[in-house]
Amino acid sequence: MSSQKHPSLSLADSSAIGLNIGQKIGAILGMSGIATLLIAGLNNSIAHSPIVLMYSILALLLGILLYARSSYLHLPAGVQNNGVFTSSLTHRGLWAWIIGLFLTGFYVLLNGYPHLLGLGDATQPNTGLVALFDPLSILLNGKPASQWFVYGSLYTIAILGMGYKFILKYRHNKYQIIRTLSVMFFQFCFAFLLPELLSKLNPEIAYFNKDIKNMWPLNYYFFENWHLTNLLSSGLLGKLFLGIGLSLIFVISPLLTYFYGKRWYCAWVCGCGGLAETAGDPFRHLSDKTTRAWKLERWLIHSVLLFIILVTISVILSFIYENPTTSPLSALGFKLLVAGLLLGIVAMVFIFKRKEMARDGLIGIAVATVVILALLAFIYDSKGSILGLDTWQLRSWYGFMIGACFSGVIGVGFYPLLGSRVWCRFGCPMAAVLGFQQRIFSRFRITTNSGQCISCGNCSTYCEMGIDVRAYAQRGDNIVRSSCVGCGICATVCPRGVLKLENGAVKDRFRVEDIYPAPKNKIKPPSA
Amino acid sequence: MNKDLILIVGNGISGSTAAREIRKRCDRPILMISEECEYFFSRPALMYVYMGHLKWAHTQPYPDTFWKDNDIALKKTRVEAIDFEAQRISCSDGAYIEYTDLVLALGSVSNKLGWPGQDAEGVTGLYHKSDLEALERFTISARQAVIVGGGLIGIELAEMLLSRGIEVHFLVREASFWDRVLPQPESAIINDTIRRHGVHLHLLTGLQEIVTDCHRRAIGVITDKGEKIAAQIVGLTVGVSPHIAWLKATTLAISHGILIDEYLRTNLPHVYAIGDCAELKTPPLWRRPIEAVWYSGKIMGETVAHTLTGKPKKYLPGHWYNSAKFFDIEYQIYGQISVSIPNSEKQFFWSSTDNTKTLRIAYNDDDGRFIGVCSLGIRWRQEYFHRALHQQLSVEEVIAHLAEANFDPEFYHRYESDIFHRFRQKHTTL
Repeated sequence: MSSQKHPSLSLADSSAIGLNIGQKIGAILGMSGIATLLIAGLNNSIAHSPIVLMYSILALLLGILLYARSSYLHLPAGVQNNGVFTSSLTHRGLWAWIIGLFLTGFYVLLNGYPHLLGLGDATQPNTGLVALFDPLSILLNGKPASQWFVYGSLYTIAILGMGYKFILKYRHNKYQIIRTLSVMFFQFCFAFLLPELLSKLNPEIAYFNKDIKNMWPLNYYFFENWHLTNLLSSGLLGKLFLGIGLSLIFVISPLLTYFYGKRWYCAWVCGCGGLAETAGDPFRHLSDKTTRAWKLERWLIHSVLLFIILVTISVILSFIYENPTTSPLSALGFKLLVAGLLLGIVAMVFIFKRKEMARDGLIGIAVATVVILALLAFIYDSKGSILGLDTWQLRSWYGFMIGACFSGVIGVGFYPLLGSRVWCRFGCPMAAVLGFQQRIFSRFRITTNSGQCISCGNCSTYCEMGIDVRAYAQRGDNIVRSSCVGCGICATVCPRGVLKLENGAVKDRFRVEDIYPAPKNKIKPPSA
Repeated sequence: MNKDLILIVGNGISGSTAAREIRKRCDRPILMISEECEYFFSRPALMYVYMGHLKWAHTQPYPDTFWKDNDIALKKTRVEAIDFEAQRISCSDGAYIEYTDLVLALGSVSNKLGWPGQDAEGVTGLYHKSDLEALERFTISARQAVIVGGGLIGIELAEMLLSRGIEVHFLVREASFWDRVLPQPESAIINDTIRRHGVHLHLLTGLQEIVTDCHRRAIGVITDKGEKIAAQIVGLTVGVSPHIAWLKATTLAISHGILIDEYLRTNLPHVYAIGDCAELKTPPLWRRPIEAVWYSGKIMGETVAHTLTGKPKKYLPGHWYNSAKFFDIEYQIYGQISVSIPNSEKQFFWSSTDNTKTLRIAYNDDDGRFIGVCSLGIRWRQEYFHRALHQQLSVEEVIAHLAEANFDPEFYHRYESDIFHRFRQKHTTL
């Protein structure tokens, strides 16, 4: 006691009475970085120099770093959720709305009106915000910046800065530290640096996606005509990326999901997940936990998956029709392949996993299968179109509705209002595929420690995917859910050590401890 | 009222578990009455609402529609009196309700030991929802607080008040925090933890009186050492007692709690008592007659449901277990750990080099049989130790396979081999 004279007073300073001095300096520094970006965005030509760009990036990063250190390091390591439901920022107050509108507006400009951000064209050089990033773009890939380069840079800064903050916040938990280092690494190296450098080293080749972790169906254009053409025309590098892309989808990702659950991707590798876990962490508790949201989630995410499957079949067919000589498969061959693959998977589910699935889930799978098979057999015409809707139209709809509006504007723009994983939970077709695998054959589960749950509700509240973790934990059940991304926060915030993310034998994963009776949603027995 | 009604008084963990488990097994009408609040909530989660981790709705383990969906009627009222003869209760809203079977799950009240000023504004325990509401009210104008009583609720209250920027003095009558339950080294670690978080810990210190102003508001305390400490909030956390004072003049047999047999039956037909308010006449080996513990209440609720649905079941809580969290340090206990070690017993104690994690294993001196384990800072699998106790494994076997019991998150440093080697070093002479 004597070693610390007035320890509680310092605590009072930080937790109850506004910001401490470090947080203030950090906030000012970070804001100055944002202000610099805004000034450049308003086309003030003074702002356009590499030094100003460097200043704004460094100010942003250092501001976050200082703010994070001043927020957490003076407190003992542990769960830091004090005031989450009383602060304006994290509980849908004024700050949340301001940030939400700001982000949403930025996404609208990015997708719809990039020239307002200063994107030039063949006749005019870049101006404004985009021009500010030209020096960095030229350094990395040899070309002037696009609005997507600006976006990618800011996105990476957000993951790195807020990732650092996340690590300090959860510094008592090694799983969280290592996982966050992983998403920071994959964003910085695989999504940001490597693709740009590959473009610079191979200036002659046409554009294709060089972020290998961004696989189909999250990357919805992978099988589009132009993308396949560019891949096939880009020599060894293109063929390498085609091969990696295909093997990721069909071999590597199911294997990794079998061993570790879909978390290997969603919470360790994915860029969308990376942003949600870092910049989105202060908003994770805002996810909707109602049954209504859960019902919406189930049909919405699988509808998106069905949609992208139909679009992809359409674009591949059109590629085959347009390139009858270069494509390795005939149209009929491709249709048979898809039908065979689909029927094979569905047959396996119905034969081996029927008892583990809910009735409406099985019905959904059956209906989706019939739809795809019927379309394959009767509807897709000789241009790959569906009922006169040509391929281009279909994919542009998908690109606009799902790619831009859902994953961008709603998914990220609404972080402070709807929580951090809205896209991942309700829309991402990749999450749907991996979730299906997780539910059907993965070794991953969250184990409940027998009868230890005190039903406090921290796990459910802080689940960013809206899973009612407590409903399982208080019955002593393990949690096997397709939507679980394995972020591990439920286990982190649990005050009684009840939950553990584990990989183990598939057949044991549902195992229910007999300390408490078996699960029943509706517990009323049939009346006599 | 309904024929055949099962009336449950109290909607805490034991009452709500009873209602749920009865409904699983039969269709009899169930009515659950609570004075405290409309819906069942998790009492241990009260602290998280105050700290802003949760909202009130999050503390409710079931959605509001759950009770209606499952035909469990709820009523928020105070039970004024019970006519055991007529099998009828009277409520504060004037209603009379007749029952066929009555389950008393009345919970506890916070102890007050007759201190001057103990009923003043600013003084509260932490047990009921109304305590939380009072605490919120007091917090508005509070800068300092004194907590009296070194147990689980006291340390939680300290963490709560700190989170709102209030300076906390913690008066603990014993020589060390919770030392009737925690062995010395573990207790010392918690003392340090309390101080590290910025609480002024006063050991071997009790409360003399609570000082109030002319408006009967608490403005401070005087300790039994004569020290004056300013405080606008005084938390009284010197344990809880069964909430049974209002039943004392009835035919119901009562000692400290409502006396029950091993089937959770009281002395009166069709009347059962479970949870905090119940006192077992002959508790199982190693167990106390009254256990105001979440887990015991839950198991009692399940047990009484069997009996009420035609399959009488003895209360068999199994091996003792409990868990708690002292600021950032989690605590678990399985089986029996004595603070003063009997001659027939031995204990092996291990702590990490930074003294933040501990493991203590108790075993019989003569045959080496494992009898209990408690640990700070490491999560363990309940199932493992339950099996070990059940199968009466030796301490050597338990320690040799300890890795199976680890329940910490992935990538955490593992201590089992260090524990194993330290145990072997100590026992090579055996």
